[in-house]
Amino acid sequence: MTMIDIRNLRVRFGQGTDTVTAVDGITLSVREGESFGLVGESGSGKSTVLRAVSGLNDEWTGRIAVAGTEQGPKRHKGFYKLCQMVFQDPYGSLHPRHTVDRILAEPIAIHGLGDADARIDRVLRDVGLGSAFRFRYPHQLSGGQRQRVAIARALVLEPRILLLDEPTSALDVSVQAEILNLLRRLRAEHGLTMVLVTHNLAVVANLCDRLAVMNRGRLVEEMTVEELRRGAAREPYTLQLLRASLGYDRATAESFRDYA
Amino acid sequence: MADDTPLLEVSNLRVAFPTRTGMAEAVRGVSFTLGREKLGIVGESGSGKSMTGRSILRLVPPPGRVTADRLAFNGEDLLAASPRRMRDIRGRRIAMVMQDPKYSLNPVMTVGRQIAEAYRVHSKAGAAEAKRRALEMLAAVRIRDPERVYDRYPHEVSGGMGQRIMIAMMLIPDPDLLIADEPTSALDVTVQMQVLAILDDLCSQRGMGMIFVSHDLNLVASFCDRILIMYAGRVVESCRASELHAARHPYTRGLLASLPRIDEPPGDLPVLSRDPAWLEG
Repeated sequence: MTMIDIRNLRVRFGQGTDTVTAVDGITLSVREGESFGLVGESGSGKSTVLRAVSGLNDEWTGRIAVAGTEQGPKRHKGFYKLCQMVFQDPYGSLHPRHTVDRILAEPIAIHGLGDADARIDRVLRDVGLGSAFRFRYPHQLSGGQRQRVAIARALVLEPRILLLDEPTSALDVSVQAEILNLLRRLRAEHGLTMVLVTHNLAVVANLCDRLAVMNRGRLVEEMTVEELRRGAAREPYTLQLLRASLGYDRATAESFRDYA
Repeated sequence: MADDTPLLEVSNLRVAFPTRTGMAEAVRGVSFTLGREKLGIVGESGSGKSMTGRSILRLVPPPGRVTADRLAFNGEDLLAASPRRMRDIRGRRIAMVMQDPKYSLNPVMTVGRQIAEAYRVHSKAGAAEAKRRALEMLAAVRIRDPERVYDRYPHEVSGGMGQRIMIAMMLIPDPDLLIADEPTSALDVTVQMQVLAILDDLCSQRGMGMIFVSHDLNLVASFCDRILIMYAGRVVESCRASELHAARHPYTRGLLASLPRIDEPPGDLPVLSRDPAWLEG
């Protein structure tokens, strides 16, 4: 079954002559249970696609269907029970004066789910923190622990879709490995559909089944992670991105050009 | 300067900050020497890599305390240098490039004037001469239309161009040593490669030494000549960049293993378990 279906999505910012087309007619679909990577450099529009899907951006045209339901610019409460998001910066995305308990209790209260105590306990165990962390404040946690809390906040509603915007790029590599392992386990245990936005091809190779490469608001290429691993990209832009990800090489750097 | 004097000698460098529970040491006895080469300092956040770079220029903010058995640049003791002498060394002899051009450039001054100013502070050149040199330098960091960029304000240029402008400004006084603290971490990978190529060329053309501080092991291994790996304020291992894959210290090995790789199938990554013994290793 198709979980997320995007047809001809366009997102524009600004008015008149200052209009910037951030997403310029994207069509893609993500199957249920799939882990899909959206890759590109800054300004490619990858995060904007994610924000349009999540309902954070309502200035778009085209068609977005999630779990078979057509979505408008405004979302119903039920949508957020189905689809949750984790952001890049665990230092900015948690309320600094709320305890972990209060952070996790809020979505439960909004959706009137009840049984908050047991749910919080369960989700904290699920993300590998344990109930000892329940009454701590964000400043008492490390970056990796904060990102676990952010993931717990998304999971406490038991969504079927998790949207991840650069979830490990603010973390040290050893902590990144822990979070990637956690996301893999959670996906397997809960049958989650994941969309991962990142600039890091190695992270996509580790966590995703399929990926799309974006450049300047357009979709350059869709491929499987298996093809990525073999270096079997068709588009020159993707090949350049792949070469740049393999480390510094004087001759390679010379060969780079701009793709419009 | 005798030919065998290293560009930089650092011996038992310590940086400490007073806290409520006593002195906390961010750098705990770092020693190395640097010639005209590219030395990478790698570590995770809090490892003391940036503090090591800053303490060379005596830019550790008070109440931080820097001590060392020896901290010498071209044989000159930096810890004994007067503030006036340090101002002369900073920029002119040792330059530093920071991570984010957005915060390093003056937002209300055109980039060209900032670069020209950097030149005039360290030389007796007049305004016209400084402008000419600034335009040359913009061309040297491969900015296509130097005349146009010269009159731009920092918010009018992209991140990659901003970092090239920073590098132009730092290199215009022709320093002997460049300390680059995560100079490309805020940039896209392709732009990162292009900026590194510029640094690489400038190093080899001018015979400049460079300290490249970064958290990115693969990048440092492919760009630098030699690497120091720092953990909790100490150097736990040093090796030739080309031999990083054969690193022996369990921390280095653990870091390398925890990196996801494009050519490996998906699967759990080995997680670093930190051995308290590394703190003293």
